[in-house]
Amino acid sequence: MSLHTLTVAELAAGLRARRFSSLDLTLHFLGRIERLAPALNAFVTVTADHALADARAADELLARGEGGPLTGVPIAHKDIFCTDGVLTTCGSRMLSNFVAPYDATVVERWKASGTVLLGKTNMDEFAMGSSNETSWYGPVRNPWDPVRVPGGSSGGSAAAVAACLAPAASGTDTGGSIRQPAALTNLTGLKPTYGRVSRYGMIAFASSLDQAGVLTRSAEDAALFLTAMAGFDPRDSTSVDAPVPDYLAELSRPLKGLRVGVIREFFDKGLDVRVSQLVQDAIEALRAEGATVREVSLPALPLSVPTYYVVAPAECSSNLSRFDGVRFGHRCEAPRDLLDLYKRSRGEGFGDEVKRRIMTGTYVLSAGYYDAYYLKAQQVRQVIAADFARAFRDVDVVIGPTAPTPAFELGSKTSDPITMYLNDIYTIGANLAGLPAISVPCGFVQEGGRDLPVGLQLVGPHFAESLLLSVSHQYQQLTDWHRRLPEGYA
Amino acid sequence: MSLTRAQVEGIAHLARLEISEAQLPVYVDRLSRIIDFVEQLSAADTGGVAPMAHPLADQAQRLRPDVVTETDRHEKYQQNAAAVAAGLYLVPKVID
Repeated sequence: MSLHTLTVAELAAGLRARRFSSLDLTLHFLGRIERLAPALNAFVTVTADHALADARAADELLARGEGGPLTGVPIAHKDIFCTDGVLTTCGSRMLSNFVAPYDATVVERWKASGTVLLGKTNMDEFAMGSSNETSWYGPVRNPWDPVRVPGGSSGGSAAAVAACLAPAASGTDTGGSIRQPAALTNLTGLKPTYGRVSRYGMIAFASSLDQAGVLTRSAEDAALFLTAMAGFDPRDSTSVDAPVPDYLAELSRPLKGLRVGVIREFFDKGLDVRVSQLVQDAIEALRAEGATVREVSLPALPLSVPTYYVVAPAECSSNLSRFDGVRFGHRCEAPRDLLDLYKRSRGEGFGDEVKRRIMTGTYVLSAGYYDAYYLKAQQVRQVIAADFARAFRDVDVVIGPTAPTPAFELGSKTSDPITMYLNDIYTIGANLAGLPAISVPCGFVQEGGRDLPVGLQLVGPHFAESLLLSVSHQYQQLTDWHRRLPEGYA
Repeated sequence: MSLTRAQVEGIAHLARLEISEAQLPVYVDRLSRIIDFVEQLSAADTGGVAPMAHPLADQAQRLRPDVVTETDRHEKYQQNAAAVAAGLYLVPKVID
């Protein structure tokens, strides 16, 4: 077995036993990135010098018998996280010249855990998209089939980990941007509870929905990284001050007695029947291990997409007002006056999808429309959250598909924004209610002679990450879908 | 179309976004589709429901002591600005 196909837990064991050094690993991954990343367009920036310095420092720690489970493990960060002294673009022309002056808390914490930064991954512009086609740096391709999208907005992170160019990568999830790409590329993708992981230094899209998480090749690896990133941060005003459990220790919890609720509304007419069957099979596997399964109904959930497309654009229009062409970011040539400077800098710096969302948000917040759209959406959001809370009185987790279809072809959904928005129909609910959720591989469908991965989604009550990770881990002991790698990248 | 050309021009102005003449009809079409789509919320029964103020019940924005916690790093921060002089950001003349 080659180094790049090992999970993080296996790499950590190898590093500790000195079977290979962090420098060996880092050079191996940098070599793969150089060879394989350009065709996928997975990275915006490769930080080779940075990586070599990090690896040498990690090896010194390991030689002294110091460091933790992630010391010396190479990783990639989504280009939405500020990295001190490194280009941080957020997939936008607006920030194509922006060198972050500080580290995001997630970056700082992974660094403090001894990880090695390989580079910054491509993404939908400002995390607005479900296919990684809105990036100023061009679309990312899916390692399972290069004519298809890897999902979005954390598409570069997904492609990089799926193609074994990095053992793990950070992501952010505002409406499904970790889970949907994880599902489309055969990865484990965890979106923690709102407030569990600091948003400091994570370029804001929709502040009441944004949450940082991780894309890995196993639930065990996700537990390692969540342990390293979770916890209170005074620099994020919505960070939750609550103890962080030992996620790794809790993985061994058995499935016996687990109460699973199958979300009726997720098995609707929009769901691909092959995806539906694989998800049903996974639910049967949990039942066979002693879980009890019942159907639950979340009647307001079908309204989650329209609710999201009021709330998220409203917050986005406010957050993105900071890009004014004055303090940082793109500035137009020869502005006539201040208004012209603002309008042309923003008009040139933002792509179409970002402009559409800013304008949608500006409209729904404007005088005379606020009550009908924004206030109404926040009321429906409360009803959706109450539906989940009611379900969690009877079951421990709710379950369903992550995405309605496997990966679709590049360009197939770009002409109509609504068609694209509906990709997140099963993931948005968790964001609106602030709940933790995870996507895990549950099988493949064949299309055009290619195997395309399918993801199973679990959603739990607030702060139930331990439970989601242990159920996923136990499921991964029963199945080996998550160990399958795309042809040409194994 | 739920939005008119004039409305979209007005929104673009409020959002400080230049949209070209050629692109304007495309924005009118796409934004109208989005507004039509979110319109379905109006049918939802939300009588007596308080709008959500925070995704976690019982959580509120924290307050912190009103003390200086940051050091002055303006020189580093201003390296990302297009035009600065004497520690100030430069913009086109605003007052004659």
